[in-house]
Amino acid sequence: MSTLLEAIVCALLLGGAAFALVGSWGLAKLSDFFMRLHGPTKASTLGVGGVLLASMLWQAMQGAPSLRELLVTLFIFMTAPVSAHLMAKAALALAPKERPPVPPRAPGE
Amino acid sequence: MIQACIDIALGAFAVAMVLNLYRLLRGPGVVDRILALDTLYVNTIALLVLAGLRQGSTVLFEAALVIAMLGFVGTVVLSKYVIRRDIIE
Repeated sequence: MSTLLEAIVCALLLGGAAFALVGSWGLAKLSDFFMRLHGPTKASTLGVGGVLLASMLWQAMQGAPSLRELLVTLFIFMTAPVSAHLMAKAALALAPKERPPVPPRAPGE
Repeated sequence: MIQACIDIALGAFAVAMVLNLYRLLRGPGVVDRILALDTLYVNTIALLVLAGLRQGSTVLFEAALVIAMLGFVGTVVLSKYVIRRDIIE
């Protein structure tokens, strides 16, 4: 049982680290700001969530369960979309020319 | 097994933070820098939690919580400044 739980904690840690690494790699590699916004706001949030979940599980295995990690996880999951939305709005406010044109109306409309 | 996993995860987050730093220094626009700073905050939280796991101490979790709040407020304030050129209206 303990070995299984350790394996779960290990998988959560490694998976979270891989997701965060991919997100940051996308931030460094992709070419446009709106593409770059995808990497950190999705992958890195999931990666940090995985690491925090692993930490919570590990604390519970040690016999001292704590809810502080859950607090941090909930806070990050609530605030990441808000900050991503605000950053996208800031980018659009800086470069209105990069906004794609409105598609034409359908004939029947 | 757990120690090796924590070490590998610490290395991965360190590499991720180096990539964020590259975008923070290089980034062509100001919004790229805000995004890189926000990602740096998020990765710092994970790094602090991993350090707490490694040392077996729970002191660092409060620091992670404070950094999470400050990072969100900082991102919102910087983005609002870029949008409106004014923070408090």
